[in-house]
Amino acid sequence: MTAMHKGLWLRDVAIDLAGVRLIALDAEVAPGAVLTVMGPSGSGKSTLLAFIGGFLDPVFTARGEARVDGVDLTALPAEERRAGILFQDPLLFPHLSVAANVAFAIPRHEKGRSRRRAIAEAALGEVGLADFAARDPATLSGGQKARVALMRTLVSHPRLLLLDEPFSKLDATLRGHMRSLVFDRARAAGLPVVLVTHDKADAEAAGGACVRIGDDA
Amino acid sequence: MEEALRHGPLSARPPPAAAMRWTRLAPGLTLAVLVAPLAFGLAFTALPAFGYLPALGGHVVSLRYFAAFFTMPGIVRSIALALGIGLATGGISFLLVVLFVAGWAGTPAFARLQRGLSPLLAVPHAAAAFGLAFLVAPSGFLMRLASPWLTGLTRPPDWLIVHDPLGITMTVGMIVKEAPFLFLVSLAALPQLKLVETRRLAASLGYGRIAGFAYLLAPALYGQIRLAVFAVIAYSASVVDVAAILGPTLPAPLPVRLLSWMNEANLSMRFVASAGALVQFALVLAALALWLAGERLVGGGSALLRACGVRFRRDRWLRFLSFGLVVLCAAAVFTGLALLALWSLAGLWQFPDALPQVFWLKTWQRQLSEIAAPFATTLVTALVATAIALALTVACLAREDETGRTGGRRALLLVYLPLLVPQISFVFGLQVLSLLTGIDASLAGLVFVHLIFVLPYVFLSLSDPWRAFDPRYAVVASGLGLSRGAIFRRVRLPMLARAVLTAAAVGFAVSVAQYLPTVLIGAGRLTTITTEAVALASGGNARVIGVYAFLQAILPFLGFAIASLVPALLFRNRRALRT
Repeated sequence: MTAMHKGLWLRDVAIDLAGVRLIALDAEVAPGAVLTVMGPSGSGKSTLLAFIGGFLDPVFTARGEARVDGVDLTALPAEERRAGILFQDPLLFPHLSVAANVAFAIPRHEKGRSRRRAIAEAALGEVGLADFAARDPATLSGGQKARVALMRTLVSHPRLLLLDEPFSKLDATLRGHMRSLVFDRARAAGLPVVLVTHDKADAEAAGGACVRIGDDA
Repeated sequence: MEEALRHGPLSARPPPAAAMRWTRLAPGLTLAVLVAPLAFGLAFTALPAFGYLPALGGHVVSLRYFAAFFTMPGIVRSIALALGIGLATGGISFLLVVLFVAGWAGTPAFARLQRGLSPLLAVPHAAAAFGLAFLVAPSGFLMRLASPWLTGLTRPPDWLIVHDPLGITMTVGMIVKEAPFLFLVSLAALPQLKLVETRRLAASLGYGRIAGFAYLLAPALYGQIRLAVFAVIAYSASVVDVAAILGPTLPAPLPVRLLSWMNEANLSMRFVASAGALVQFALVLAALALWLAGERLVGGGSALLRACGVRFRRDRWLRFLSFGLVVLCAAAVFTGLALLALWSLAGLWQFPDALPQVFWLKTWQRQLSEIAAPFATTLVTALVATAIALALTVACLAREDETGRTGGRRALLLVYLPLLVPQISFVFGLQVLSLLTGIDASLAGLVFVHLIFVLPYVFLSLSDPWRAFDPRYAVVASGLGLSRGAIFRRVRLPMLARAVLTAAAVGFAVSVAQYLPTVLIGAGRLTTITTEAVALASGGNARVIGVYAFLQAILPFLGFAIASLVPALLFRNRRALRT
């Protein structure tokens, strides 16, 4: 039964630092659903994303499983986990054009420059940035950069989305817009989402289960 | 735990892949390049110093070469000169830089001057020294400008300005090069200070700008640049090329005399020279000990003034003085370089004409066939040494990313080590070794000895920007399915292209400027533009000196020009990478 689970399944996850337990978690996230992890800054909530994505600094010790659609991610190297991650900064590669940033993420099995370029431009078109393909990412507004970063992640066909406070640097109106864009997209693609945030509004907008860590409760 | 959480749970590295394992060797190799030549060099300086070197007929361990050394005429004065010039250069350069940074950091004038001073670092010491000589000599440019209308002179006066017995001109020649070096090291440390906030706070409490900086920020800044100050003192006390061009002659500072003894036909002088090279080492240690004592004195004095609440509010004059002196340094070097070019093209140029009456290419044409071989040697040595240094540095830094550990302060000390131990004290021994192993006057030997000095600068230049790279870029790329090698090639290197090329240009400039190691390992048969230029110092043919010294100065500039042009072209449409 476990192998056939759809979505993300976190089993017996425990992350320690210097003998202190930061996170202990069991959770299931259905395709398109969101698990929100809330906690104050410095509580170590981002370690969960690092654990799932395969970037956990070795000073932390972690155990447990993270399975997506039955595949145990923890057994794979980071580059084979296909864990799409979004940070609060868009982190567009500054040496590549906007379209090249997106094309960079397209899997290798899509062959041919023109085909890959077409995929990238179509993805940009979906978020209203078709005219920005050739632009320098440094010339985009914050909201535009955030949308490019989202599409860059989506075209890589991730297994799941890991969101590390991705809305916290956007202003209030943009934030609402970006939230619904990200969650709609994740739902449409059937991606389980883990959202780390300290903003209650994020959790409410996400609508799914919510785990609190690092509180003295 | 606090710290780990603050730095975040992200490691810059995806889990290990076999492809990059070779980086594991890098720290050890780098350490070997930095430390092994020092250890072997010092050992093979010490052996002949104590009389033991069978290959040269020394079989008995004794102190007689030290005794012989101390009976050389004027030896105490030579030692005192080296010590005094080292400390004076270090002290005055440091004071100038601190005053300038204290008075001007964060202002638009500072930013402008910063751009003007950076190229100074590329100018080799020898070229700067020749330029200064052409500027201030009795027959030099300044005297010509003032003659005869002001001085009444129609012939150059008989003054000893260059080669003055106290080494004042030489000290100035060192300061105009070392102050920019300390300045750039300070610039790298500035972002870690809360400059603007502290200045406002100090001002609101009624402190002058310089006093506020001295009390509140200088200790932290000094902690960051201390090793660089030590390196300046050690280098200035041991320098040979600038001393040969500008320094006193009767007697000369110790390092110059050591080199001439080393080159004497009489082999027993090598033993005396080796003993002297150990004295030189002790001399540098003494200079650093004096400096440490000075540190306490200044620290105590500053604390006393602070405790008394001295605010030094009217520091305008001092701020402008420091500004003026820094501008003067830059102007002296750049005018000197222009004079080198002028002399290389000069036909008839009589005193007191400010400019030559005739320009011609005859000097260049005549030298062309002579220059070709040393020019090629300079270029090949610099390129190969820089390439190796860059590969080692990048591999070390990549290894840091993999292990998550930097070497910390101790590693920094090791990187500085070849810059702190006087070149002459261990390159003497390396020369002995090169003779014994038969790699003297070989290109490989030359590249290797250059590498010892190129590597620290390349490492110092690249490590900060490399470590400042945001590890989340690697995380994002890895999440997109890129392997570690691909992230390195397609994300990290392009984003750091400018820093890598700048580090390469620094390494290239350091290699081009190397004098003493080139003379000793090249053994007179393998020469570079630099050794040829310095060899001309005693001859006094200004036109030929102009050709060689100008060429020596222009090579590093070309390196830096390429390092800034390539990324500018590559990333001409990428705003974030243009600065």
